[in-house]
Amino acid sequence: MQEKNALNYDYTVAKCFTYATILFGIIGMLIGVVIAYQMAFPQLNYLAGEYGTYSRLRPLHTSGVIFGFLLSGIFATWYYVGQRVLKVSMAESKFLMVIGKLHFWVYMIVILTAVVTLFMGISTSKEYAELEWPLDIAVVVLWVLWGISIFGLVGIRREKTLYISMWYYIATFLGVAMLWIFNNMEVPTFLVAGMGKWYHSVSMYAGTNDAMVQWWYGHNAVAFVFTVPIIAMIYYFLPKESGQPVFSYKLSLLSFWGLMFVYLWAGGHHLLFSTVPDWVQTMGSIFSVILILPSWGSAINMLLTMKGQWGQLKENPLVKFMVLASTFYMLSTLEGPIQAIKSVNALAHFTDWIPGHVHDGTLGWVGFMTMAALYHMAPRMYKRELYSKKLMDSQFWLQTTGIVMYFSSMWIAGITQGMMWRATDQFGNLAYSFIDTVTVLIPYYALRATGGLLYLIGFFMFTYNMYKTMTASKAIASEPQNASPMAA
Amino acid sequence: MFHWLERNPFFFAVGVFLVVAYAGVVTILPDFMESARPVAGTKPYTVLELAGRQIYIKDSCNACHSQLVRPFKSETDRYGMYSLSGEYAYDRPFLWGSKRTGPDLMRVGNYRTSDWHEYHMAKPTDVVPGSIMPAYKHMFSNNADIETAYAEAYTVKTVFNVPYDKPDMPKLGTFDQAKKEAFDAAAVIVADMKSTEVKEAFKRGEIKEIVALIAYLNSLK
Repeated sequence: MQEKNALNYDYTVAKCFTYATILFGIIGMLIGVVIAYQMAFPQLNYLAGEYGTYSRLRPLHTSGVIFGFLLSGIFATWYYVGQRVLKVSMAESKFLMVIGKLHFWVYMIVILTAVVTLFMGISTSKEYAELEWPLDIAVVVLWVLWGISIFGLVGIRREKTLYISMWYYIATFLGVAMLWIFNNMEVPTFLVAGMGKWYHSVSMYAGTNDAMVQWWYGHNAVAFVFTVPIIAMIYYFLPKESGQPVFSYKLSLLSFWGLMFVYLWAGGHHLLFSTVPDWVQTMGSIFSVILILPSWGSAINMLLTMKGQWGQLKENPLVKFMVLASTFYMLSTLEGPIQAIKSVNALAHFTDWIPGHVHDGTLGWVGFMTMAALYHMAPRMYKRELYSKKLMDSQFWLQTTGIVMYFSSMWIAGITQGMMWRATDQFGNLAYSFIDTVTVLIPYYALRATGGLLYLIGFFMFTYNMYKTMTASKAIASEPQNASPMAA
Repeated sequence: MFHWLERNPFFFAVGVFLVVAYAGVVTILPDFMESARPVAGTKPYTVLELAGRQIYIKDSCNACHSQLVRPFKSETDRYGMYSLSGEYAYDRPFLWGSKRTGPDLMRVGNYRTSDWHEYHMAKPTDVVPGSIMPAYKHMFSNNADIETAYAEAYTVKTVFNVPYDKPDMPKLGTFDQAKKEAFDAAAVIVADMKSTEVKEAFKRGEIKEIVALIAYLNSLK
């Protein structure tokens, strides 16, 4: 597979983003565990005064893991995979190296500023788009830098045909650019009125329209950050790590173009029984169900890539991470459409089943795939074998247990809550006051938080393993072809 | 065709963009104007209410509270009339939320009072035993930002023609006029409250966050 005189790929930027992935992973997940415990033990809201309440921290958790942990993971893999599938080294272009480094530093400044402003409560309230206008513009700058990096590298490529991963990286770039710009359309109030806080703004859209745009964005931020780039990763790393060719090119075509077309319609399922037009709601429902096809298409393509090679699951924890990631992707993309069916949504919407659904996707699919990708990259970037297979195995089981605890407790909590909200007594009156439906959930909240804690501990094991790989592991003479070398 | 696209990145990117953008154009644009039309009786927020709304956003109340009553009997029994699109015509941004860790607040102004909110925000479990909501004591010491609220009202009036200063609609006027209105409205709420901290501050000419927030919550009907 590899040419004799392989190119000398430059991983400077990939390494920087790897550190960022780990750093923001710890911050984002730690805050997640804190707010999960706050729901079970409300006294924990008072650890940091005004800045420590659940409501202040929640946007920090979501933005921290989405735009901190995951985005830097996506960038790290891009700066690794991009060179390899295009058969061109970053070192060949001074310009692209400068852009890459600038991209990293602008990114770090934006994310760190975002952390500070969210702590201060500077927010537009739109989910996953809470940042105020100056930061929105800064995000556009960093996105354009990434775009230059992608298309610059594409411009000087030796491999003329774009590999499947490239389709997905390009789609990530374009999709997020469009969604981000339209959802963040806002008017800075200071520029119009000349008074008040300079960074405050007001949305260009009102009410129902704002909700439509927001969930067109919100749902597809999931598509283009949690799904599309992760598929880019798995299409590269699973075949590479296992040494197996991708099962079917045609299936990858169908899944890619299908996903691109179908995903954007599904945003309406966040707004079922709201005041958006009924036909938009039904379209959201229907397209969510259709979405099973391209989603499972990719997942099945990956699983069948392992056909006849299942023995590798026993020998190689990285393959195990990636196969389970695919499986969680299938679970999550079946669960989503089920929740998008109107009668189920009537029960599930506004309940804890929704965060449950989000987290089997993010922890199982996104988190596992990102960590597996970085594990695969480490021996190639640092020319050392992975520090400990045993630790990796323990991490795998600990985190898997954590995920199962998380989603099982949230399924039960969500359905319990939904059923209690609508329960009536023999006279047709509501059977429960709202607080009854809260206190009954506390055991599940505790269980969920503990599941999250297990996952966080697993992430610390990942961090330790990566750190040791970078600094103390045995050096390797030549780059491994497929399975990553690891010490027992 | 696909093989050709995979060798021509520019056209590949254009193709992806068109396929991705299609759904948004079809679902969002057709009803845009109609969805923006207010239902009769809906009024823009006063400056004090807007200041409260900004605090609601600052502290992410929408992370746990929805403002959307769905058309089910169990919801209309609990929260009142189901939501109509036109009721949100002046909500920038919308605050429907996506999770009900706490109850819906779409019409909380119909069944809660200023002093209830005061006690509840200071110590939720005093009013609702078993509540897991945090107390928001800092709202009793931080000042509401009337200037930014005025700037927001002025902006939506100028840019989006929100009908301030029209017959039967809230007055905005100049900043000094708006400020006086805000203080008059705040005085009514402060009179209903027990907190000496808030009352003393009001005498000094400060409106605490809690006062503006209560004004906003009372306006939700």
